[in-house]
Amino acid sequence: MPRVTYIQADGQSQEVNLEAGSSLMQGAVDNMIDGIVAECGGSCSCATCHCYIDADWIDRVEPAEEMETDLLDCVSEPKDNSRLSCQVKVSDDLDGLVVHLPTTQF
Amino acid sequence: MAAKSRCIILGASHAAAQLAPTLRQQGWTGSISMISNEYALPYHRPPLSKDYLAGTKTAEQILIRPAAVYSKCNVGITMGVTAAAIDRSNKQLLLDDGMALDYDKLVLTTGARVRKIDIPGVDLNGVFYLRDLNDAQQIKMFTGANKRAVIIGGGYIGLETASALRKLGMQVTVLEAMPRILQRVTAPEVAAFYSRIHAEEGVEIVADVQAVSISGAKQVESVQCHDGTEYEADIVIIGVGVIPNTELAEQAGLKIDNGIVVDEYARTSDEDILAAGDCTSHYNPIYQRHLRLESVQNALDQASVAANTICGNLKPYSALPWFWSDQYDLKLQIAGLSQGYTDVVVRGDIDGSRSFAAFYMREGKLLAVDAVNRPQEFMFGKKLIMQGNQLDTAQLADDSLSLKTLLTS
Ligand SMILES: Cc1cc2nc3c(=O)[nH]c(=O)nc-3n(C[C@H](O)[C@H](O)[C@H](O)COP(=O)(O)OP(=O)(O)OC[C@H]3O[C@@H](n4cnc5c(N)ncnc54)[C@H](O)[C@@H]3O)c2cc1C
Ligand code: FES
Repeated sequence: MPRVTYIQADGQSQEVNLEAGSSLMQGAVDNMIDGIVAECGGSCSCATCHCYIDADWIDRVEPAEEMETDLLDCVSEPKDNSRLSCQVKVSDDLDGLVVHLPTTQF
Repeated sequence: MAAKSRCIILGASHAAAQLAPTLRQQGWTGSISMISNEYALPYHRPPLSKDYLAGTKTAEQILIRPAAVYSKCNVGITMGVTAAAIDRSNKQLLLDDGMALDYDKLVLTTGARVRKIDIPGVDLNGVFYLRDLNDAQQIKMFTGANKRAVIIGGGYIGLETASALRKLGMQVTVLEAMPRILQRVTAPEVAAFYSRIHAEEGVEIVADVQAVSISGAKQVESVQCHDGTEYEADIVIIGVGVIPNTELAEQAGLKIDNGIVVDEYARTSDEDILAAGDCTSHYNPIYQRHLRLESVQNALDQASVAANTICGNLKPYSALPWFWSDQYDLKLQIAGLSQGYTDVVVRGDIDGSRSFAAFYMREGKLLAVDAVNRPQEFMFGKKLIMQGNQLDTAQLADDSLSLKTLLTS
């Protein structure tokens, strides 16, 4: 089970175990981590599951597809390491992954 | 708030899956029980006509939260029981198995049920409606390559079902009683777009036709229409809209007007009874009228408001409605409500391509956006609607101009 750390905008962090194959969004929802809203339940429609992949990990995460990058252009504080957490699947290779959450999803 | 306070959530719904953990996050220390007449933990309904039906997601994969979350939040869940009445004077919820449960706060998230049609043959084996997991499971047993499906109703659910069944290699016909599909919800241009795509994908859409009977010996065999036409079918799926589940509230004397009437804090006309989701009618400050919405966004947002209200944080509900629909390789995202529009402005090639945005305008202002494979038009469209400025239609239609440039900062 890959272990993932979610760090809130205010610095609070939570470390949780995720099922391999599940998404960073589902991991946050399952563990009641604030800051991920996920209105559409992971169908890449709402962009309310925005997160930043820690700089040390960004190269190890599969790149985003076009629909996702288009949505990411419109989130409130986009950065180079922005991702929609519902589109990032965790695997054992990502054990130790660190994810930062934005101040707002709207 | 006394630790012994009891909160009952009626319906293991989209709203309930949001409400229960939010209550805990907001500091509710009393008990929480969820009562449902279904036999599943709250699940995402949208995939029932999309990924679940097409077989790309399992029942477990569409659960909103795993069982562990409810136990962690100490939420009791009782499945397979139906609430029969609300006794407001004794603050009890009466169940059909004879039990009476005491509540301090009751939240009604009873959703909606399908509208049924009354024509001969609807009870035949192989004729279905689609609202819950059980329906979808049954439908799946009748699917299979080259089998024939007739879908009665060309709304989003009917069209999504058509798309999912095509993916399974079925022959699909959609019968629509109105002169065009999506009549209630989109402009003629958008409906024409979807008709073209379905035709390209091999689905037969027949508009302006009423199904008058369904026949078959034991199992469904065909559907007859008012004009004498007949369509052979191995399965029939009816999708002609939903009716909010308001009866319990009505019998208890709560105010009903096309839904259980709630204020901006999700409170009904009884201060200890709240409601959220498809079963409610609420005042929307953006469109300045009462709305009854059938969307996940509304269920989630209203549930959060209800949880806050129960915990004493009054946060008014004023979200922009939005909705999505997935068919084939098309992702439709809808921001806002188009009712009352006077003009439609289209950006992109709606007649030849698979990507465009339609802007619904009234008096120069943007009311709603239908964006197909256009996430940016959807996202910035939401912001433009909220800003409420006068917009230049030539700029809206100009595909070389990012909508972002039309926003006032
Ligand atoms: C096939 C399909 C596709 C959809 N696609 C989309 C989409 O793409 N996007 C979107 O935004 N929305 C979509 N929707 C709509 C969305 O699913 C609903 O708006 C949402 O589920 C509403 O949630 P809710 O919390 O109001 O109640 P629901 O999720 O409807 O749950 C209500 C629950 O209460 C139970 N209940 C009712 N009365 C009683 C009683 N007396 N006793 C016990 N239990 C009771 C019901 O059985 C049900 O389990 C779709 C719906 C369907 C059916
Ligand atoms: S959950 Fe909606 S886009 Fe990720």
